[in-house]
Amino acid sequence: MSLPVRSIHLCLSVAGFRLRRKCALLLFAVPEILPAAYDSKIEGNVIFTRFDAALNWVRKNSLWPMPMGLACCAIELMATAASRFDIARFGAEVMRFSPRQCDVMIVAGTVTYKMALAVKRIYEQMPEPKWVIAMGACASTGGMYRSYAVLQGIDQLLPVDVYISGCPPRPEALLAGLMKLQEKISRERSFRNQKPELFEKIEEALI
Amino acid sequence: MIAQEALASLSKSFEGKIEGKTEFRGETTCTIAASDLREIARFCRDELSFDYLLDITSIDNFGEEPRFEIAYELYSMALAAHLRLKLKVSEEVGAVDTVSDIWPTANWHEREIYDMMGIKFNDHPDLRRILMWDGYPFFPLRKEFPLEGLPSEMPDVAFTKVTPMEGGPFVTRPSIATSKDREPRARPPEL
Repeated sequence: MSLPVRSIHLCLSVAGFRLRRKCALLLFAVPEILPAAYDSKIEGNVIFTRFDAALNWVRKNSLWPMPMGLACCAIELMATAASRFDIARFGAEVMRFSPRQCDVMIVAGTVTYKMALAVKRIYEQMPEPKWVIAMGACASTGGMYRSYAVLQGIDQLLPVDVYISGCPPRPEALLAGLMKLQEKISRERSFRNQKPELFEKIEEALI
Repeated sequence: MIAQEALASLSKSFEGKIEGKTEFRGETTCTIAASDLREIARFCRDELSFDYLLDITSIDNFGEEPRFEIAYELYSMALAAHLRLKLKVSEEVGAVDTVSDIWPTANWHEREIYDMMGIKFNDHPDLRRILMWDGYPFFPLRKEFPLEGLPSEMPDVAFTKVTPMEGGPFVTRPSIATSKDREPRARPPEL
């Protein structure tokens, strides 16, 4: 069973919208209700997959971090990016110092109330979709700083996806946290949840 | 000029204005009145070569009158000598003359004292908070301010909540026990 040309164009335009800087990737969205089928003429050039799966695959392997280094955890974050641990193995080596180009904010260090405002503003400047990693005890809970000056966990201001324990965490722990985030992203059904009408429209067109 | 001569010269020039003079392990402390600060500070810098202001600190003697005490730590590169000037400020006055035009480093030290203790500095060029944010309503190093903080609400500026202290590291509880026993990691939970 081959796909009608009209619906293919529709799917491609959806893909192009979300695939901003990523690779040139040919995607066909196939709702789960259709059985996967191969056409011998185009077999080998076409990948059949669910749209969410392809989208998540693109997203999770190119997580550009916003290095929100606030204290000693930032040293471990730098070590993670350097040659021995090499965060590039997980596609997250492109530390952007502009929030406009970031996917995941790594909050590394003690968040004081005064700095919390800046952290929140930078988070709000990041484009969707975005994720947050709370690295270390201080970013997660305030850590040893039970004090009037310290925010008791960045989750009071931002939605945190992954918490990493440690004071500071080893680079391996940060990499494990990044892999947890990748797992989480791969389970997301963002296309179905965010654009239910469009999803139904594609389904109708394909049936 | 050696250090002893310089200090003798200070005592001689401001006889009657130096209220007390103590010496401890080679460091001299002079107690002065807040109104004489600028005059004595300028003399110390220009005539006695105390060209380096190491630090300014403030002390809250809560329950005493006058309540606050400010200490100026001076150092002379030429004499290799320390000199400490101390003065007292009452809560009602709550202000001292600035010395930031005499030693520029005093600018930020005085801002810190204003931020943490709430003592103002007359004629300071830029008396804003330096550690807490503008508009924060409390002075955290005053004795009546609790370590866990007080809630504050400043729309579009900041906020604070009371920090949970239960079981926190380095959190001690008031009692007559020694600090080692009051420290939570050293005591059983019921104490």
